[in-house]
Amino acid sequence: MTSPTQAATEPEPVPEDATANSSGSKIAPELVGRSPRQLAWLRFKRDRTGIICAVIVGIFILIAIFAPVITSLTGKDPYKLYGQDDNLLNSYGYPIKPNGGIDGSHWFGIEPGLGRDIFALLVYGIRTSLGIALCVTILSVVAGVAVGLIQGYLGGRTDYFVGRFSDLMMSFPQQLFFIAFTPVIAAVFVKPGDQESTTIRFLALVIVQFLLGWMSLGRLVRAQVLSLREREYIEAARLSGASSWRIIRKELLPNVWSTILVQSTLLLPVNVTAEAGLSFLGVGMQNPTPDWGLMFQDAAQFYQSDITYMFFPGIAMAVFVIAFNLLGDSVRDALDPKTIR
Amino acid sequence: MLRFLVRRVLGAIVILILISAVTYFLFFALPADPALLSCGKNCNPQTVALIHHNLGLDQPIPVQYWHYMVGLFAGRDMPIGHCNAPCFGFSFANQQPVWDIIKDRYPTTLTLAVMGAAIFLTIGVGLGLISAARQGSLFDKIASGISLTGQSVQIYFIGPLAIYLFADNLGWLDRGHDVDWAHNPVGSITGMILPALVMSVIFWSNYSRQTRSLMVEQLSEEHVRTARAKGMNWRYVFFRYALRGAMGPIITIFGIDLGSVFGGAIITETTFGLHGIGNLAVAAVLQTDLPLEMGVMLFSAASIVLFNVLIDASYAFIDPRIRLA
Repeated sequence: MTSPTQAATEPEPVPEDATANSSGSKIAPELVGRSPRQLAWLRFKRDRTGIICAVIVGIFILIAIFAPVITSLTGKDPYKLYGQDDNLLNSYGYPIKPNGGIDGSHWFGIEPGLGRDIFALLVYGIRTSLGIALCVTILSVVAGVAVGLIQGYLGGRTDYFVGRFSDLMMSFPQQLFFIAFTPVIAAVFVKPGDQESTTIRFLALVIVQFLLGWMSLGRLVRAQVLSLREREYIEAARLSGASSWRIIRKELLPNVWSTILVQSTLLLPVNVTAEAGLSFLGVGMQNPTPDWGLMFQDAAQFYQSDITYMFFPGIAMAVFVIAFNLLGDSVRDALDPKTIR
Repeated sequence: MLRFLVRRVLGAIVILILISAVTYFLFFALPADPALLSCGKNCNPQTVALIHHNLGLDQPIPVQYWHYMVGLFAGRDMPIGHCNAPCFGFSFANQQPVWDIIKDRYPTTLTLAVMGAAIFLTIGVGLGLISAARQGSLFDKIASGISLTGQSVQIYFIGPLAIYLFADNLGWLDRGHDVDWAHNPVGSITGMILPALVMSVIFWSNYSRQTRSLMVEQLSEEHVRTARAKGMNWRYVFFRYALRGAMGPIITIFGIDLGSVFGGAIITETTFGLHGIGNLAVAAVLQTDLPLEMGVMLFSAASIVLFNVLIDASYAFIDPRIRLA
């Protein structure tokens, strides 16, 4: 059974290509049946801002995936101390060349102090930060949807207690929780006295952000399921002997799909900036692992003499977040045309 | 109304107790032994046992938690000395009472929060109202562009840029320093202008977008149209009808934001090198100073929960339907 969302019943202006496809002899345009997904895609394709933002976001994701390829093409290593090896820093540790040492070989200049290549750092930093944010987002969405479905479908006491638990998690001061519990969770994986590895930091950051990340989607899904549960087609499915699992999978999930997609696109940039914030504060990823947020921490020490460094991670992040937010808006407009901004 | 508020207050207290329990158990059930951390280099089993005893760590965790909670309300005698209520214990790092440290740091956070909140509410709601009044105008477009950008930049990016531009190069503003109301009241304000302005950017961007969309929604409501059709003054309808309807959600967001900034603006304080609660929290975590972490966590959580209750109470003043119910 396909999902009867509101989108399917919306009067949709027939796009031009539909008339072009129909046989020329007919005067009235032929009505073409389209699934809600196709309708959403058609609406999205017409949204120019959305397309541009999708391309920008796509570029960032490609950068993150192909970071090793990109840096091997430019011939730079994010761990190599070019400034010290090639004598590009003066005795105070600042790049000798103007504008942060930008030249043909170091496109974005070199880092003051250690002297690493900023382009390579940024490319790898995006990889680390996006990786963490993506893991957090996937985990939060899966957990949020599961909790929301359980709450909404089972209702009663389960709903009440799970709901109070999510209230409790929502009352934690978020940033403080992240800061305080990242070391705690990292300590769970590390034996006392052992050196903590990058993988464990990564894992700890993912877990701690996930712990406070699932509630908002959980609530939205719950609210939707509560209203869907009373619909006739659910009742019909139940009467015809469908199992709960089947009802959840085939009747409920397709109808909350658009909410899930919209919320995930809005959640990802939030998680990227949260992770960067933690690294900026010194409780996230640790040097020498390249990380977007660490670049800010690093740049903040040197901005008075070398402000150029700050611009590269800063502008990259601003562009990324703006593009992602606009993309989220476009996705929402495409999937749910009734909401007017 | 009163019953509603009492229930909300009781709920808030339960939430706070749960937060304190979760935090306490997670911190003190850590595999890393706090005694080893505060023991230093010449550590031997006797010293560790002594520190354990001094910190009360030789007792089971639920008992420790109970003592902690009792101490919070009644004060308690600790091996280091007597700790007056509200007793959050003594810092591992410098043996000071945690509550004294928090009290000492709070004026900076409070000043930043009050100034920041005043700025972001004024600019955000102001921009949103003008945009809503002149939908589609150039002002509207520019304002929504700025708001979108403002929402997407990070304090740790624009903060250093603002210091570089306004403090170091132009010299218009102070680069930000801690307040000292007793000795330097004027400097306390001027030193907080730049941090408050920078902090407010991410907030007011949100307010202007929210206010605009809420007002647009309200202005298309039927009672607003009816009022206009009756010939009522546009200004009166705009402020008394539409704004009143839009105020509920704005106040909700405002309460949530106040709760978080009064509990310490961590990134702003770190960026500007201010020694407030947020900065204290980061320092405590980096030093694994558990009593201090615990104290700051409870303090911030209390701030958030308190403002949540205040939001609920304020609804009653805005929305007569709740007041009379």
